[in-house]
Amino acid sequence: MRQLLLFFLIIIVGLTFIGRLFYLQVYTSSAHNLYEDNAIRKVYDYPKRGFVYDRNGKLLVGNQPSYDVMVIPREVKPLDTAEFCSLLKITKEQFIKTYEKAYRYSPRLPYVFIPHLSKEDYAVLQEKMRKYEGFYIQKRLLRDYQTQYAANVLGFIAEVTQSQIEKSPYYKMGDLIGKQGVELSYEEELRGVKGIKFIQKDRFNRDIGPYKEGKFDTLPQQGKDITITIDSKLQEYGEWLMKNKKGGIVAIEPSTGEILTLVSAPSYNPNLLVGRKRSRNYTKLHNDSIHLPLIDKSLLREHEPGSPFKALVALTALQEGVITTETAVSCSGVYHYGRNGKMGCHCGGGRRSLNLGIAKSCNSYFANAFRKTVDKYDDSHKAMDIWSNHIKSFGLGQYLGTDLPIGKKGNIPDGAYYDKWYPDFNWGATTIISNAIGQGEIQVTPIHLANMTAAIANRGYYYTPHIIKDIEGQEINKDFVTKHQTTINENHFEPVIQGLYDVYNKGTAHFLQVPGIEICGKTGTAENFTVIDGQRTQLTDHSIFVAFAPKDNPKIAIAVFVENGYYGARFAGRIASLMIEKYINDKISRTDLENWVLTHSLENEYQKPFSREPFKINAESQYQLIDLPEKLETVNKPVEAQNQTITIPANETNR
Amino acid sequence: MRQTDRYFKFDWITIVLFLLLVGFGWMNILSASHIGETIDYFDFTQPYGKQLVFIMLTFLLIVILLSIEAKFYERFSSIIYLIGLLSLAGLFVFGKNVNGATSWYGIGGMTIQPSEFAKAATALAVAKYVSDMNTDIKSFKDQIRLCVIIALPAVLVLLQNDAGSTLVYGSFFFVLYREGLPKIYLWIIVVLGLISVAALKFGPLITIAATSVIVFGFHFLRKKKPSIIQPIAMLLAAVILTFGVNLFYQKILQPHQQDRISLWLRLEKDPEKIEQMRRDILYNLYESEKAISSGGFNGKGFLEGTRTTGKFVPEQHTDYIFSTVGEEWGFLGSALVVIVFVLLLLRILRLAEMQKSQFSRVYGYSVASILFFHFMINIGMVMGLIPTIGIPLPFFSYGGSGLWGFTILLFIFIKLDSNKINEW
Repeated sequence: MRQLLLFFLIIIVGLTFIGRLFYLQVYTSSAHNLYEDNAIRKVYDYPKRGFVYDRNGKLLVGNQPSYDVMVIPREVKPLDTAEFCSLLKITKEQFIKTYEKAYRYSPRLPYVFIPHLSKEDYAVLQEKMRKYEGFYIQKRLLRDYQTQYAANVLGFIAEVTQSQIEKSPYYKMGDLIGKQGVELSYEEELRGVKGIKFIQKDRFNRDIGPYKEGKFDTLPQQGKDITITIDSKLQEYGEWLMKNKKGGIVAIEPSTGEILTLVSAPSYNPNLLVGRKRSRNYTKLHNDSIHLPLIDKSLLREHEPGSPFKALVALTALQEGVITTETAVSCSGVYHYGRNGKMGCHCGGGRRSLNLGIAKSCNSYFANAFRKTVDKYDDSHKAMDIWSNHIKSFGLGQYLGTDLPIGKKGNIPDGAYYDKWYPDFNWGATTIISNAIGQGEIQVTPIHLANMTAAIANRGYYYTPHIIKDIEGQEINKDFVTKHQTTINENHFEPVIQGLYDVYNKGTAHFLQVPGIEICGKTGTAENFTVIDGQRTQLTDHSIFVAFAPKDNPKIAIAVFVENGYYGARFAGRIASLMIEKYINDKISRTDLENWVLTHSLENEYQKPFSREPFKINAESQYQLIDLPEKLETVNKPVEAQNQTITIPANETNR
Repeated sequence: MRQTDRYFKFDWITIVLFLLLVGFGWMNILSASHIGETIDYFDFTQPYGKQLVFIMLTFLLIVILLSIEAKFYERFSSIIYLIGLLSLAGLFVFGKNVNGATSWYGIGGMTIQPSEFAKAATALAVAKYVSDMNTDIKSFKDQIRLCVIIALPAVLVLLQNDAGSTLVYGSFFFVLYREGLPKIYLWIIVVLGLISVAALKFGPLITIAATSVIVFGFHFLRKKKPSIIQPIAMLLAAVILTFGVNLFYQKILQPHQQDRISLWLRLEKDPEKIEQMRRDILYNLYESEKAISSGGFNGKGFLEGTRTTGKFVPEQHTDYIFSTVGEEWGFLGSALVVIVFVLLLLRILRLAEMQKSQFSRVYGYSVASILFFHFMINIGMVMGLIPTIGIPLPFFSYGGSGLWGFTILLFIFIKLDSNKINEW
């Protein structure tokens, strides 16, 4: 049996080896992938990010070089730290701290030692750089905003997050990606495709030449330039007018659905989110919970539409045949319904037909129209479904499907909605009468209102609002050139539009007329509440205005929403008139309106809920007057904001 | 006797397995040593070019080895052994120091490593001595003499600072055991090994405690109780051994050898320290395991290994050649190499058992044992199963002396085997 010892040992060793091989090569190994092979260095060649132009071909966003000081800790030789620190404008403690961080990250991999040097610092440092072994300067392209405005539209780029890297294998640690606005919507077009070179490394991490003679290397593809539908002049003007106010302006070209202006106020200078101070600024903006500068109010702020909604109530009633243009209601300043139901009206009282009902915004008239629409059917569930369908055909109560990355649905109630609310109650038109005047359960965002106005201006159809006008060498989305027809016949629009026109002539906005332009509009006021210390507290009403002009062949449809601006014509109406004049005439004749808007601030209103003191609202609240601001800075005047930090103004005293 | 019969006498299975290993070995040397995309097979400044010459000369060597009369090897074994010893001893005077070991003669531009040939010489001497009619392997005197025969070249090699090659002489234990060495030696080796490992791994106290429980337990369970002296003596030996091993580990072993063992026995507990040890001290092993592992099931393909091309594994064309197989040929290729080795070893073993003459059998057994030792230590080391011990993989690793040494070792046996019919 002695012969068997070696025999068995050979077999055992053989089997052990195969087992070990299986463990190393099959059990714990994954398929070979060049990208994950750390014997191959991947060198990325980043293409130029596409430029962004406005509808008139003005450059809004370009690129600028930025210089990062990089370090490879292993290669660092002893150096004159005092001199180096003074060149970099950092303290010795910072130097040591950053160096230790870099070393912990990896002794042999490059680490960003100081990001975003200014051009001046770079010029000084560049000549002395070779003295500091292990340090080098890396050039990157950053965004260069040619405007101080439109931050909510343009968005910004920032380093990809871990979860984005996991989702898309294209991105690598440290890559930049669009985070908001068009930078996010058109990320793939703007970024281009980075090129890659595979380089064979040796064990000392030195390059020994291209892998397979560059067989797998690719060239970078330049990012595509895009043109957006924004009119930068109008955008800037809108943001200028909205200073010291909270809210949004959305202007749409009705014939195309192109978004001319998308103002969210307060906003911020887009240059604040570029360069060295980026994260500090971002944190400040993020933490401003009163003004919420990073939130796009024109897309995200849901509110009751108020009176502009009456136009749709009228159109629906006409379409359903429950009223005619001649149907009249006698208004006594209050509308009675049900057993004890009462709805006040500010129209002044008298006989109200469709035209005057709209012009004077008579609540009684629309309560009647709405009631008739619902009562037309025996079943109020079915009636509300039909009504809701008409309203929704204007794009309300749903995501509009714009090419902006964010949005809200709003709410248009239907039969099922109220069945759920009143499960044990036979609800009817009077239960939900508030809807007649754009209150109750209806919720919209400013862009919903603007789109609704565009559909009225078009006499019955709209195009999905969109921000993209042209992508270099590429078709834009077909959905944006597809007509969305409303359920209202074209012939019903003229009388309603005449009513909207008369809002300017003899109605709630007569003092907002602009010479030479036939504007149709509608004021709106929306009550609103907040909760302070557990108490439901009413705040000053929101000021709302929708308008389009000219009356025939409309060029612009606009919705303005000013938080706590009180009645519709007060802030929103003025701003809408000015915007329309600016867009159509390119100059302002109503400087009285302009001055009024610019010198009236609502800051005091926004501080009230946080003041912990009792406060007055609406008519009893006082104006806060401010000085006329500096003249509007226009596009193509880049501002060196990269190294600025934000100063949020201290509360101005209430005058 | 007709011409053809002469060739059919050789064991062609062994020869084919040998050719497979040499051929495949050269392909991997090519992979591990070529630079850039273009390959000039006859570039003699590169290892793969040189190895090609070595392989061609090997065929000449084989013809010579097979032409010599079989009886020559037995008759002149003592002289061959003495020449082997002299060549090893001569290194102390004429040797050339490479990488800290004085194992080479420099002749012109060539270097020759006599220790690679000394293995075959020792195998002949052992075979000769064991097969001598006057030798009784059970007698202590003959055991000592055999031990001296084996230890002489082993010590000379050790003195040249080539500890790896010294260990190979341990393989003769299998030969002697097969030829009738008392079983007690096997047990001593097994127990020695277990106690040494336990002493390092668990410390002296636990080892001694465990040993005493076993020793006395056995003693009291036995029906016919021998003297109490026996277990006490055994325990005493274990105690001395335990402390001896620790002393040896701490005082005699060089730091790099300590680290190899420490890592192998997982003596270091801190995972960060282990990872650092793997990267710093056992860099070769770390890289070789990574290269093998990166090959996956199918491998990256011939000349496609990125870690091989990047020369990540140091000494890859010599001791670490198997990592090239692992990376480029994957699990399929590596397992095949292991299987071919196992087949070769088993074939030699079977041939040895079939020999009529004891000399041939002992020699054949020595060939199998020596090759097995190299196979086990080299591949085991490259895959991180045993501590790093630098010895080549037979027929695979780059190097003329190694290739010729193993060829001589193997083909003397093929010649002896072919002659078995002529034995009386």
